[in-house]
Amino acid sequence: MEDQYTPGMEEDFKAEILEKYPSKLKKKRSRQIVINNIDDNGDVPQIHANTRTTPGILTMRGCSYAGCKGVVLGPTRDILQITHGPIGCGFYSWLTRRNQTRPETETSANYMPYAMSTDLQEEEIIFGGEKKLKAAIDEAVALFNPKAIGIFSTCPVGLIGDDVHAVAREMEAKYPHINIFGFSCEGYKGVSQSAGHHVANNKVFTDVVGLDDTPKEGKFRFNILGEYNIGGDAFEIERVVEKCGLTLHSTFSGNSNYQEFVSAHTVDLNTVMCHRSINYLAEMMETKYGIPWFKINFIGADATAKSLLKIAQFFGDKDLIAQTQKVIDEEMAKVKVVRDEVKARCEGKTAALFVGGSRAHHYQELFAEIGMKTIAAGYEFAHRDDYEGRKVMPSIVVDADSRNIEELTVTADPERYKQRKSDAEMEQFKKDGFAFEDYTGMMGDMENKALVIDDLNHYELEKLIEHMHPDIICAGIKEKYVVQKQGIPMKQLHSYDYMGPFAGFEGAINFYKEIDRLVHSKVFGLTKAPWETSPELSGLYGWNA
Amino acid sequence: MGSEALKLETNHAYVSNRNSCKLCAPLGACFAFRGVEGCIPLIHGSQGCATYIRRYGISHFREPIDIASSNFTETSAIFGGKQNLSTALDNVTRQYKPSVVGIASTCLSETIGDNVDMYISEYKKIREDAPALIYAATPSYSGSHMDGYHEALWALVKTLTDPEAEKGNAINLISGFVSTEDLRELHAILSSFGLSYTLLPDYSESLDGGSWEDYQKMPVGGTPVADIKAMGKAEATIYLGKAVKQERNAGYYLQNEFDIPLYSLDLPIGIELTDRFFEALEEATGNPMPTYWAKARSRLVDAYIDGHKYCSGKKAIVYGDEDFVCAMVSFLDEIGISTPLVATGAPSASFKKRIKALVRNGEAPEEILDDTDFETMLELAGGIKPELVIGNSKGYYLARNLHIPHVRCSFPIHDRIGGQRVLHLGYRGALHLFDEICNALMQAKQEAAHSGYTYI
Ligand code: SF4
Ligand code: SF4
Repeated sequence: MEDQYTPGMEEDFKAEILEKYPSKLKKKRSRQIVINNIDDNGDVPQIHANTRTTPGILTMRGCSYAGCKGVVLGPTRDILQITHGPIGCGFYSWLTRRNQTRPETETSANYMPYAMSTDLQEEEIIFGGEKKLKAAIDEAVALFNPKAIGIFSTCPVGLIGDDVHAVAREMEAKYPHINIFGFSCEGYKGVSQSAGHHVANNKVFTDVVGLDDTPKEGKFRFNILGEYNIGGDAFEIERVVEKCGLTLHSTFSGNSNYQEFVSAHTVDLNTVMCHRSINYLAEMMETKYGIPWFKINFIGADATAKSLLKIAQFFGDKDLIAQTQKVIDEEMAKVKVVRDEVKARCEGKTAALFVGGSRAHHYQELFAEIGMKTIAAGYEFAHRDDYEGRKVMPSIVVDADSRNIEELTVTADPERYKQRKSDAEMEQFKKDGFAFEDYTGMMGDMENKALVIDDLNHYELEKLIEHMHPDIICAGIKEKYVVQKQGIPMKQLHSYDYMGPFAGFEGAINFYKEIDRLVHSKVFGLTKAPWETSPELSGLYGWNA
Repeated sequence: MGSEALKLETNHAYVSNRNSCKLCAPLGACFAFRGVEGCIPLIHGSQGCATYIRRYGISHFREPIDIASSNFTETSAIFGGKQNLSTALDNVTRQYKPSVVGIASTCLSETIGDNVDMYISEYKKIREDAPALIYAATPSYSGSHMDGYHEALWALVKTLTDPEAEKGNAINLISGFVSTEDLRELHAILSSFGLSYTLLPDYSESLDGGSWEDYQKMPVGGTPVADIKAMGKAEATIYLGKAVKQERNAGYYLQNEFDIPLYSLDLPIGIELTDRFFEALEEATGNPMPTYWAKARSRLVDAYIDGHKYCSGKKAIVYGDEDFVCAMVSFLDEIGISTPLVATGAPSASFKKRIKALVRNGEAPEEILDDTDFETMLELAGGIKPELVIGNSKGYYLARNLHIPHVRCSFPIHDRIGGQRVLHLGYRGALHLFDEICNALMQAKQEAAHSGYTYI
């Protein structure tokens, strides 16, 4: 087949895509479509990211509201969420992300299947919706008496002059036992979900974390930031870390609850899974409370093993390290059996991943474990640091679209700031090559000359399929059927196609099997009818014979 | 006030919407636009609305659904979206080479009072070769997805019909929001009458196509634009669905502008309403109903008799769009299922009256709710003891909470395969629904029985 992937075709591909664009767009996209030319120092080229999608171009991206309500706060079960706006936004974000949760008991609060909206009508658009919002909060209190209520603003709210923060304060004074806070996450802010992540981080930091100094019981307490329990990922991670003897205090926000959030600052370590959506919180918690953080990854069995060991080594306890190693050995033995079998069939096949702000990176690990090569990848809403590594952060220019997202100034808490490790210990860690506050980005982990595309659009996806014919494509539901219609298997990495978990050891096994099923499915071979593949047959099916 | 939560009065009328039973207006408009050949929908507002709406449509239809956006920034939200719309139109035209762009506004563009009509006429001045531009005003704060759907049909007919058009098709059939299989059924029915017709919209293929041999930029299918242009030349218009304001009713527009007689009908679900549809067709075409349909009808009656003992006397909750619920209630009434609770999410002045008129045999429902939500339904259901839930996937949790079966119909259906091609309309649609309902009830009975009999 002429379209088979061959290394070196990336340049032609890029040229062909750009050729069709008008000059301004061409210039912009040429900086967002990058051939990963890694230089001798291991430095990757610069990519243009986190800039507004050109109107009329079909993007994968959603809005700030989606990032704030759907992504960051959606997976937590006992903060009652009220969408302040017209009905659509709230309806569309109702249970669509398929994060899972396990309430402590049958009767414990779980508001995730519940979508409350102020359903603004014309009258409120004209005269303001604050009154209706207050009434909705009254109703929420009467119905559930929740510990906390979050208010999420949609596009019209900012424009009709509603002040959700003032309403939150007023209602909190009315119900002092309930923590009520608002998010200015109107959809037009920023350029994608990413703006909403930042808005969410800020509010959770100022209004939630730090309210209760009672730690959870247990040794070696840490948090995981940026894990959202899609398809039960968090359950698998919880299983594994518990087996190692670690105490997971709180996850932001997969399978989480409010009490874990308010006391999250009592831990000794923050680990970060999805850097894009939550690095702000990690940084602010470090400055205010002195909690060190580092990047981990539980997607991929090897990556999981490495991350677990790193956490154990941070705590430095001999028994903990030994137990962790034992768990890894046990789990890896099971993983290896399936991996070897699947790898024998999948080795050499190719994948392309366009999704999210960290998954396009993390999932390359899983593909590599079964011998599959990622020939193209890109994020939907990441920033340059997620591609090139945090070291480029000082050189990132914030454009007008993102300037409206507040940057908080944080200082050390006079009472509660506590250095977790002594300077000497930190020095030693660094000597041992132990990276804190670091994320090296996706591009450094990809092959030299691989194709990297930020904010891939529909047209480019079609071209990519036509030219590179990857054996599988990972993206979201909006891309799913475009890909499958063309006879290429597609795996959704937002919802996992309602499967999973894919994290940790058992997740890796699930993923290997799933990819094996997809790339070897016979059904895609049926896309061409017999008379299409062999013309001589057409007479036999013969209405034109 | 202290730390106690306030108590709501019994029968408290909720201000908030709790688990919505309606979607937003541009969604409906986009699906209608998708039913026109060579038409790409464009949502004028922030990109999030387009993304959410695509995501929602895709999970129901399991097809790619391209919807462009004019992608507002904070600046456009303050100063207006004219430049964004013009850039979006340029880019969409270049990529898709559409013959029509269907523009639907959003709460955002409507809140700031963007004058899209004016933008369009200015755009046409600078781009003479622009595709046809249709504008549907779809602020969701003053209408649901169904209003958006009818609004788009009205805008299409109003903008495209051409008094100078050559002779058009004999019959205009304008359909409410139904499934792709329903549209195929309407094609089958209309073509059997042997007259030419225009079915608007027609997303039977564009939202439910086959696998592709070659990449299709613009999905095939849809009502041809030339046919819409000539709708003013037809001999009659049949409009299926009544939950549409007169001033936004494309059929009414054709009647007013072109003197075309209008048959305004309910969705043809069940025998009675399908009979009325066929009567209208006979009258409008002057041709008798082909025997094929008479046989289908007779088979349906036979099935009603066979299955009567399983459904007769049962109680169902029905919810969804007004037109769907009305037609469904009429069908259920004829098979002996009572509907003590019927509900629609959007506010409607006509809903109660329509339902009462459609229940001809059994008791009128105790609760006929418009402008309601799923939580309200759940709260009321307890006292009603229903045995069946009928409606889209969003109501699954009613069935789950009440431990009764759920028959999935209408839109959206994203927890079953084939949700986009459930057949509801015509005699064959009724037969299909009848089988589904009886089987759901039989399964529930079988599972509850100790005997495990396979004859029930
Ligand atoms: S703002 Fe309006 S148009 Fe957009 S998703 Fe929300 S309800 Fe729908
Ligand atoms: S109106 Fe705004 S907040 Fe709502 S979906 Fe659209 S972009 Fe997002």
